[in-house]
Amino acid sequence: MEKNILLCGVGGQGTVLASKLIASAAMGMGEVVHSAETIGMAQRGGSVTSHVRIGEKAFSPLIPGGKADVLIAFEPAEAVRNLRYLSKSATVIVNRIPVQPVTESLGESHYDGEQMVAYLQEKCARVVVVDAAGLCEQIGSAKFFNVAILGVAVGTGATGLDRDIVLREIESRVPARFADPNREAFLAGIRLAEQESTNDK
Amino acid sequence: MSTQYVMGNGAIALGALAAGVNVASGYPGTPSSEIIETIAKYRHEGLYVEWSVNEKAALEVAAGAAYAGARSLVTMKQVGLNVASDPLMSLAYVGVKGGMVIVVADDPGPISSQTEQDTRRFAEFARIPVFDPCSPEDAYQMIQDAFSYSEKYHTPVLFRPTTRVDHAYAAIEVPEKTVAHTYEGFVKDSARWVIFPRLANANHRAIEERNPIIGEDFSHYAGNCVIGTGRKAIFTGGISYSYVREALRGRDDVKICRIATPYPFPERFALECLKGVDEVLCVEELSPFLEEQLQRLCGIHKLSTVIRGKSTGDGSLAGEYDTDLAARYIARFLGQEETGENPEYSDPPRLPVRPPVLCAGCPHRASFYAVKQAMKGRKAYYCGDIGCYTLGNAMPLDMVDTCLCMGAGITMAQGLGRTDPDAVCFAFVGDSTFFASGMTGVANAVYNEADMILCVLDNSTTAMTGHQPHPGTGRNMMGNMVDKMSIPRILEAMGVGYVVCVDPLDHKSAVEAVKEAADRSGVKAIIFKSPCIALGKPEHRMEISEKCIGCKKCIREIGCPAIVVRDGKVTVDAGLCTGCGLCSQICPVDAFRKK
Repeated sequence: MEKNILLCGVGGQGTVLASKLIASAAMGMGEVVHSAETIGMAQRGGSVTSHVRIGEKAFSPLIPGGKADVLIAFEPAEAVRNLRYLSKSATVIVNRIPVQPVTESLGESHYDGEQMVAYLQEKCARVVVVDAAGLCEQIGSAKFFNVAILGVAVGTGATGLDRDIVLREIESRVPARFADPNREAFLAGIRLAEQESTNDK
Repeated sequence: MSTQYVMGNGAIALGALAAGVNVASGYPGTPSSEIIETIAKYRHEGLYVEWSVNEKAALEVAAGAAYAGARSLVTMKQVGLNVASDPLMSLAYVGVKGGMVIVVADDPGPISSQTEQDTRRFAEFARIPVFDPCSPEDAYQMIQDAFSYSEKYHTPVLFRPTTRVDHAYAAIEVPEKTVAHTYEGFVKDSARWVIFPRLANANHRAIEERNPIIGEDFSHYAGNCVIGTGRKAIFTGGISYSYVREALRGRDDVKICRIATPYPFPERFALECLKGVDEVLCVEELSPFLEEQLQRLCGIHKLSTVIRGKSTGDGSLAGEYDTDLAARYIARFLGQEETGENPEYSDPPRLPVRPPVLCAGCPHRASFYAVKQAMKGRKAYYCGDIGCYTLGNAMPLDMVDTCLCMGAGITMAQGLGRTDPDAVCFAFVGDSTFFASGMTGVANAVYNEADMILCVLDNSTTAMTGHQPHPGTGRNMMGNMVDKMSIPRILEAMGVGYVVCVDPLDHKSAVEAVKEAADRSGVKAIIFKSPCIALGKPEHRMEISEKCIGCKKCIREIGCPAIVVRDGKVTVDAGLCTGCGLCSQICPVDAFRKK
């Protein structure tokens, strides 16, 4: 398998755990994996990305422009920021709820999350829009959103990852007391992706 | 053997462990910090590991151990080597007995540094070998080789990963158990270990005679290798080698020559590579190091090979490379069409800028705000320093007027004070930076009768680099509890006449303390003591009641990321709020309450 999966969001949203789960699940499937994280100052509310590269021939730790097969965007403006990485046939999974930076709260005009989503829908081959607020309400906490959106991505089939193996990685990687809600969050994401594909037909 | 999926820094640490490292020291700094942490985590018997107070101390600790024949490792970021350059330059002359590897992580971009300095240049300057890994897997093997070469030539060696190697993850095979290297111990020999001008002169000559021999040895080093054939060749190294390979995937009609040991330059290897080559492109980040070595070589050997790179406009001297940029330079070199900007993504909507900000609930925000309020209507200069609190420069706080390097704020405030007696001069320094390089600045201030206010922002950790312990935290990397060094007692002992400790989250008291200090002359110190929010769990959070009149004073004054406007109403993001309560002390209508 050769897959490039890009995760993006704002520091603190939990992209790192999601990318680690993808990497370990792919390794569990016998694949060669490389990945790279944003570490350091940008973690304090800045734009962050995680690049996961599955396949033997990945030399650069970062996905080259135009080569990402899947974009998992925890935030709509960050999805737009990273479009240059996407291949023409890429699948975009995007949370529609924006995270407004402090500078925007200071009075400059707020940006519109819906405008970002509309732009993605106009430009990308396949866009699955996730309502983080709705999904978190369903799973009872905002804490597990990262695992839920991972569930959506896996549910679309675009990642090439086996859901049972991802689930096994979730159970082995999160502390035991959080295993249940994480599993629920992941499965809620899978269901959302399945509904989405039924709607498409 | 077992497989571990680790960060490049983890691979470097595991490689050093596999080499039987006996002593490891370092000072935290992105992108190098995880090396010492990983070594401490997998420490084998007979290994000593420490976070030193700064890079100079770290290098000297490791040098002492290497004199005794122990294998020692030092880690730091590139600007840390500036701090450690004094011992490094002399150590290069004296040499070592045990293998000593100095890991210096470079940061092209820069992504989280003050400079883009290239440590390959430092190696050439100090006349010692340097290794340039291209991936985590490569780094794991190469650091073991670095120890061997260091021991073989009795010289400290530099090992220079860059951010994209340090922070990349890969799976590596590691032994289940590692064993410490056995060594002889220190043998007294003042003719060898005591540097005097006569010894320096003799050793300098010996080093210059030795380096071409190492260059010759490096010509046979497996890391220096060639892929593909052709009349056009690309010389590259470090992470750029990975970018070049990615850009040329599936092609073998271009010769790719990888230089893993840029200094001493493997001349014989390079000359061999140049045979039958008409034109060379050098693809390397930052300095045109390989390019200049090749130009020199072509000059000496009267070769007609054209060397292209930064000097011919085929590369940038500043900033980071990536696969796309490497591919553009290569396409131009091969006379192919350059791929332009992706036209499908034209007219994107305006994207928000996301500068990094102080976390919600960060006590530094409260400290800066207290000083700002106390100095209202007075002329003041605010000298900042290196750490999370550099972020105090952001609007709306706007409380960092200068930032230069570790510890500089304290001494710069003194210099600024000499130019403007009417201004109140502040220096802000964190607790870890205070121990790293702040104390000499305080001694300078007291001795030279400066007029300034030192604000120590003590959050009981080294927060920016990932919460490493330091002398004020009461624990060390060997897992021992030790006496906490008291910053106020140090300041008093140094002769600072006015030293007070305040809780920055008690806004009124904090403002009073600053006013009081500003009305005194001489060197004054205020220690704003409150732990980093990442060290504990919040006991409660804040919420906004119906009393809120929507004046947005909280947002305008402190810029806390947890206070946001949603649907025109000011609200608290419960996922971010830590309940620090600074907002409730600013609100004119008392609309914030604990939840």
